[in-house]
Amino acid sequence: MTYEELIKQTALADDRIVVMTAENRALIRNLPAVLGPRFIDTGITEQTLIGAAAGLALRGRVPILHALATFLTLRAFEFIRTDVGIGQLPVKLSGFVPGFLSDGNGPTHQAIEDVSLMRGIPGMTVFAPADEQDMLAMLPAIWASPAPAYVRVNTRPAMYEHAPFEIGKAEIVAEGTDVTILTYGMLFEQTLVARELLQAQGKSVGLINLRSLKPIDEAALLDVVRRGSLIVTVEDHFVTGGLYSILAEVLLRNQLTARVLPLALEERWYRPGRLSAVLEYEGFTGHHIARRITEHLGESGAAIAEGPAVLENEFAE
Amino acid sequence: MTDQKRQELEALALRVREHIVRLSTDGGCFTGASLSCADLLVYLYADCLNVRPDNLTDPTRDYLFLSKGHDVPALYGTFVELGFIDKARLDQHLSTDDHIYWHPNRHVPGVEFHSGSLGHLPSVALGVALDCKLRGQDNKVIVITGDGELNEGTVWESLLVASAHKVNNLTLVVDRNHFQANVATEDLIPLEPMAPKFEAFGCEVRRIDGHDFAQLEAAFSALPFSETKPSVIICDTVRGRGLPSIEARADRWFCNFSAEEVDELLRELHSQVATTLTSETLTVR
Repeated sequence: MTYEELIKQTALADDRIVVMTAENRALIRNLPAVLGPRFIDTGITEQTLIGAAAGLALRGRVPILHALATFLTLRAFEFIRTDVGIGQLPVKLSGFVPGFLSDGNGPTHQAIEDVSLMRGIPGMTVFAPADEQDMLAMLPAIWASPAPAYVRVNTRPAMYEHAPFEIGKAEIVAEGTDVTILTYGMLFEQTLVARELLQAQGKSVGLINLRSLKPIDEAALLDVVRRGSLIVTVEDHFVTGGLYSILAEVLLRNQLTARVLPLALEERWYRPGRLSAVLEYEGFTGHHIARRITEHLGESGAAIAEGPAVLENEFAE
Repeated sequence: MTDQKRQELEALALRVREHIVRLSTDGGCFTGASLSCADLLVYLYADCLNVRPDNLTDPTRDYLFLSKGHDVPALYGTFVELGFIDKARLDQHLSTDDHIYWHPNRHVPGVEFHSGSLGHLPSVALGVALDCKLRGQDNKVIVITGDGELNEGTVWESLLVASAHKVNNLTLVVDRNHFQANVATEDLIPLEPMAPKFEAFGCEVRRIDGHDFAQLEAAFSALPFSETKPSVIICDTVRGRGLPSIEARADRWFCNFSAEEVDELLRELHSQVATTLTSETLTVR
């Protein structure tokens, strides 16, 4: 099963579904022939795409909008906020090549404030699957929900056998007493590596794949806080408004504090290049993440083994 | 159009204008922009569109989207007169006990979608029109924009897409009152020649006097203008129409009159003799 096949299967079973794009067809090339008039390509017009989706939703449709994450969430932000948000319409936004996945495109294409923007809209739900298998486990529930939704599309091959998905529930991969890594999206595979490397150093390392960023699994976060380990948030997003901010909000709301190390992008766009080079340069390979955590603990990172090579990104647009 | 029909519509439009004037106090409203499209809205709801208080959930009804949302007092007035909403709700204007404020929202029966941010509803109406076509329904889908609103690129973007998808059940109506918020359109971002612009975007265009019911009827009853193109009707109108003392003035967009001025303006509405507004109670926004 692929993302495209899941859309096709869902749309063929449910005629409320319409698939729309702003001419971003790399992942959905076969849908026009299958869906006919229920595949609507508005051309490079993200704002009109969103407005028209709102109109279709007013008529009872459930539009799935597949477009580049950055232009979808930024160019059309006010349309999402005003038409979909105020309208509380079940428009399902699929943001393609979010975060580090826009690798070589450069800062114009880097959606690294998308989580912050989307979760700021009342009623909007926000999701970030760890890989393709995770995404396929998540999308049916997201599309079936009456809420508007934003999903960070991620078609990278799974390195982990994921649990069934429930909106608002995180996936607890491991519990640990020294360090707990919280992450979402494509960096999950690197945190799996980082965890192995740290465990090899004798540390007890927990790992949580958040999956659902809004609603957030507050109970899972509070469990981690109570365990008292160092908490490391790992995200391909600006440090403002993403997971680190979400955790901070949860902590304050519960009058708690914790030791937290945020690994995110600080006040700048990332250096473009092929994905492996980007992760290397920005310090987000499993090896780098493990070293940064070790050094934060006041230990030398020199003994951390190299991780496996980073699999290059397969898709661009 | 028969004389009797025209007189009925004119009488209805006069009552709608009274509502607009009465809403132009105690906080005020966008009086000038509301008066310019009052005849248009009266014609569409009273004599043209298949939309009534009793069919607002019928998917085969006609749709009207007010993209220039600040003229909602004209809509409120029309809705009161045609039984969509109770007249008492207008007494709640700007009260947080109800949802009667400066822009349309769906707490008001008959409002298909909220607006206020310009350049949005052409695309929303496009989505509705696409769905009507998908389902093989021949509803009319009308979206009314201001002329200043044509500054927004999304109006044109939506027409490009509508025209590419041959959405001929979509009609964009321009309330061409020649002013945007604070200035004459032609002094800021000139829009003329207007019809050729829409034609170049793949639309079939008519231009009429938006205060003449016979012309409104002739244009709207000819819809759709094309089997393949979206339709555009440019309605030449006068900002503040019906109140000679504020007609076609750049500074009469948003008005907040005193109670005494409202009384005087209601007399002016009936007599069509201009009063002289002495006090400048106007709030320009």
